[in-house]
Amino acid sequence: MNHNAIVAIYQYEMARFFRTLLQSFISPVVSTSLYFVVFGAAIGSRIEEVEGVSYGAFIVPGLIMLSVMQQATSNASFGIYFPKFIGTIYEHLSAPIDFLEITIGYVGAAATKALFIGVVILITAGFFVDLQIQNWPAMIAFLILTCISFSLLGFIIGIWAKNFEQLQLIPLLVITPLVFLGGSFYSISMLPPAWQTVAYFNPVVYLVSGFRWSFFGMSDVPVLISLGAIAGFTALGLAVVAWIFRTGWRLRQ
Amino acid sequence: MAPIVKVEDLTKRYESGFTALEGVDLEIEEGEIIALLGPNGAGKTTLISTICGITMPTSGSVSVGGYDTVRDFRKARQMIGLVPQEISLEPFEKVVATVNFSRGLFGMSPNRGFVDDLLRKLSLIDKRDTKVKELSGGMRRRVLIAKALAHEPRVLFLDEPTAGVDVELRKDMWDIVAELKAQGVTIILTTHYIEEAEAIADRIAVIDKGRILLVENKADLMTRLGAKELRIELAEPVDAIPDSLAREGLELAPDGRALIYIYDTRSERTGITRLLADLQAAGLQLADLQTKQSSLEEIFVGLVHQADAAPAKEPAA
Repeated sequence: MNHNAIVAIYQYEMARFFRTLLQSFISPVVSTSLYFVVFGAAIGSRIEEVEGVSYGAFIVPGLIMLSVMQQATSNASFGIYFPKFIGTIYEHLSAPIDFLEITIGYVGAAATKALFIGVVILITAGFFVDLQIQNWPAMIAFLILTCISFSLLGFIIGIWAKNFEQLQLIPLLVITPLVFLGGSFYSISMLPPAWQTVAYFNPVVYLVSGFRWSFFGMSDVPVLISLGAIAGFTALGLAVVAWIFRTGWRLRQ
Repeated sequence: MAPIVKVEDLTKRYESGFTALEGVDLEIEEGEIIALLGPNGAGKTTLISTICGITMPTSGSVSVGGYDTVRDFRKARQMIGLVPQEISLEPFEKVVATVNFSRGLFGMSPNRGFVDDLLRKLSLIDKRDTKVKELSGGMRRRVLIAKALAHEPRVLFLDEPTAGVDVELRKDMWDIVAELKAQGVTIILTTHYIEEAEAIADRIAVIDKGRILLVENKADLMTRLGAKELRIELAEPVDAIPDSLAREGLELAPDGRALIYIYDTRSERTGITRLLADLQAAGLQLADLQTKQSSLEEIFVGLVHQADAAPAKEPAA
């Protein structure tokens, strides 16, 4: 395995992140604060508790998931799309590296950035609500797996996209609605029965539910199903990336 | 000695049906500079891209240093450096960072001493920590070369390295190429500029419509295909060539002040001695004599036209 290539890609991508560190840091802090003002103070004052957890604390896992999924997707998609856009992708294609090494480099960097944002939001949330995390290992595992799986999705989007419009299309039109409708700010049990059935078709429900379980010990779906869903999602992403590099789809002619 | 690059029966057909390369065979010796000449769309960049792994071949094989570029792609690509035609660089990155990135991508450990030395050789050391977007076009081309050389390749592909650059930079580029050759790097160069090939190449390969028309030592090619021209300046202009001088290959310049004689350097008798004797006998006073070799450009144009005129070869079954 070409370890130096993995490190080179990872460091190069992280350097881009550190160049805009202030922006990377302030943006999630401000948006998290706004979510707490809107959902926690305005709406939360009318809901008070969800299954014994204050509404302000209840939305924290969903809030972290929302940002982590968006950041992982956008960072990974931009990371691989940018070399395609400016033409430097020729280096990756002519270098002695295979798909796994390129993927580890880009997805690893994007997942690290998303993880950083997730931790920042978690810390910020601690200033607004009294947080309890019942199962730290599960919380860390869900967070890291979500970062990786959505970075894989973003990586695929970045390879697929032919322009900046397409790069934004799936994150805006698919991922954001799925996250909002995936129980980030409410429990699925709060929905009418028909909508509950619909919600279970949303893969994000399983991720948010599992992540919330690690905080409060309560979930909309059994935690093992959540874990299976995220593992399956990651495996699917890897399989698609492997196919892309084997066939050269959207990369090699 | 085994060739360092061996291309065998290479064909590249795109999904659109366009055949960019058709049964290309090419052997490149270690340490030489070979210029790949051809008109636009001839297949030069496709050939380079296929050797470097950017484009997948439809059929045929390529080996670099004895390693197949598909089966042993890691070892083969490790030996190759590529300077692309377009200036493709990340604008916000520093020069040293982008060069280090290339070195790492090709599996090499960081080596500050080597990279700084490389930047020094390419007159980039002062720009080491400058962002790429702040560099001139010429400097960016040098950065591309530094990136291509960052992993110490044995074979360097230069795809139109001097396209759109000024004369001074072009000469600088030629000096860089000469220095690389002195270090033992094999160089494959595509160019539109015949003078470039004429100035720096050891061998010339002419490609047109995806086929290699010719691969030959530059000097031999020019001797073999190059006609020579003798220009005889006359002290007094004449209206027509005197009958006693009339012969094949002799023409009168439009202003009547010179006779132009085209001859073949390969023939046993060039006819020059006889012509000069006949000129003296005809009483013509000579003012000056000049000879001129056909340029590579004239040879190249001739070859491509000859290929265009020839009937198309049947495609392989």
